[in-house]
Amino acid sequence: MSFENVRFTKEHEWVRLEKSGGLATVGITDFASGELGDIVYIEFPEVGREVKAMDPMGTIEAVKTVADLYAPVSGVVKEINTALNDDPALVNQSPFDKGWFVKIELSNRSEFDGLMEKNEYDKMVGKD
Amino acid sequence: MPYIHHTDDDRREMFASLGISSEEELFDRIPEKFRLRSALAIGEGKSEHETLREFESLGDKNRPAGGLVSFLGGGIYDHIVPSVIRHIAGRSEFYTAYTPYQPEVSQGTLQVIFEYQTAVSRLAGLPVANASMYDGATALAEACVMATKITRRRVIVCGEGLNPRYRAVLETYTAGQGLVLRAVGLTARGDIDASSLKGALSGDVAAVVVQTPNYFGVIECPWEYREMIRESGALLVASVDPVSLSILKSPGEYDADICVGEGQSLGNEMNFGGPLLGFMACKNDYVRHLPGRLVSETKDVDGKRAYVLTLQTREQHIRRDKATSNICTNQGHVALRTVIYLSLLGETGFHELGKICHDKAARLAKMISECPGYSLRFTGPFFREFVVRCPVGADTVAKKARDRGILAGIPLAKYFGEAFRYDLLVAVTEKRTDEDFRKLCDSFRAK
Repeated sequence: MSFENVRFTKEHEWVRLEKSGGLATVGITDFASGELGDIVYIEFPEVGREVKAMDPMGTIEAVKTVADLYAPVSGVVKEINTALNDDPALVNQSPFDKGWFVKIELSNRSEFDGLMEKNEYDKMVGKD
Repeated sequence: MPYIHHTDDDRREMFASLGISSEEELFDRIPEKFRLRSALAIGEGKSEHETLREFESLGDKNRPAGGLVSFLGGGIYDHIVPSVIRHIAGRSEFYTAYTPYQPEVSQGTLQVIFEYQTAVSRLAGLPVANASMYDGATALAEACVMATKITRRRVIVCGEGLNPRYRAVLETYTAGQGLVLRAVGLTARGDIDASSLKGALSGDVAAVVVQTPNYFGVIECPWEYREMIRESGALLVASVDPVSLSILKSPGEYDADICVGEGQSLGNEMNFGGPLLGFMACKNDYVRHLPGRLVSETKDVDGKRAYVLTLQTREQHIRRDKATSNICTNQGHVALRTVIYLSLLGETGFHELGKICHDKAARLAKMISECPGYSLRFTGPFFREFVVRCPVGADTVAKKARDRGILAGIPLAKYFGEAFRYDLLVAVTEKRTDEDFRKLCDSFRAK
């Protein structure tokens, strides 16, 4: 898949800017989901909530641990992936696609531009 | 390794490692004016016999409720505790058990907790209960913190009839966490005034705490304003007296979100005020916000019944500072006694207990109202405790009774100020007899 419009945070979230601009889809990377192990539950932020970049906005619960889900960019939560309520394992199976978490309407595009590109993120997790 | 600390060799070794030659040198950073240069004024050592005698003479100054006729309540009650509880709970397999940190090897302990949770869940009428908390007050405070996390709101509303000790604990919690506690007034019946409650229900209220029966013994009617609380977006937290649930509606029946309470009265002595037992139950939706330990039943690899700690990701040893609570222990021994007690009484016996308590309380209330100058302060229905308005200061009334070997009740001015100067909180359990009632009324009538 193409990572052209995708940026990464040091907390292992990915953000994909949709073609229309404004709306960004957020998930966690395959590296993160692999480290967490089997994910069993996700606590989402409520739709309409205003989030600031790097605020914890939810939690990701795995069998043996739990991690915060950080907002990679500031904005308003427009949509959550309710499919994960029934099947949280989608995050492990398809982290970059079916396992997305939320869609955020960006309030500051430059935050997105300031995040890491794929090659930088890969270097950070030692994958290059 | 023998536990003999600070031998001369140890000291020499430590001094050498610190590069000093004496203990004096170790402490020389402490300014002289703070140093104690004389011996501690604690007298000579005493023999075992002398020590025992001294402590016994101190102990004899106590007047334990067991040797008096007690009408004390206010959160801790003098119910019959069947001796068999002490014998079962005192078995060594149970007696030394602490909250299991390597839990699944202690199947017996986990089964007890599971049975206890089942009992609490049935009493509360709510599907999930935790393995217990320290006491009713901390359980309430934890429930409020839980509600603020669920709703992301900061204000807790309670009634003026909340147990003042619970309120003090709640104030400690709320102050520390930057939360706001708001109290609403009572009606002449002694229960929460629904119109005041309505006024207090701003959009930032996380929880409405309804204690029922409240500290004054009056039964609250949360179902009358349940809808109003729901519309405000706040949660309903019920703090209940478990014995009252033998004859009153369960919190689940009026759709409480979280139920907490004090379990001392279920098979535990008063023990000078502790150890106590906080119980806590909630709706399924909130289980991930529930503090404390949770035991679940499952099957092992051979398909046999087994018990496990579950949903531990909420807890401190995994979630660290983001845990639902810093409590990851429970009152295992008190919870054990409670579940033994409830299983001894059974559903029928428990129901009967509630009826006896209420009947006796009603009888005593009537007798007291017939004492010249005495009346009931509130008009609302009560379970086994009520406030008596005395013709003279309640302190005086209580002292006069104490001289006759009766603990008449709790004078309320200490907690609620001068407006309650004449008010005495009187509790009645199944242990009190008509003879006890007569003695109390005689004391009230005496000049």
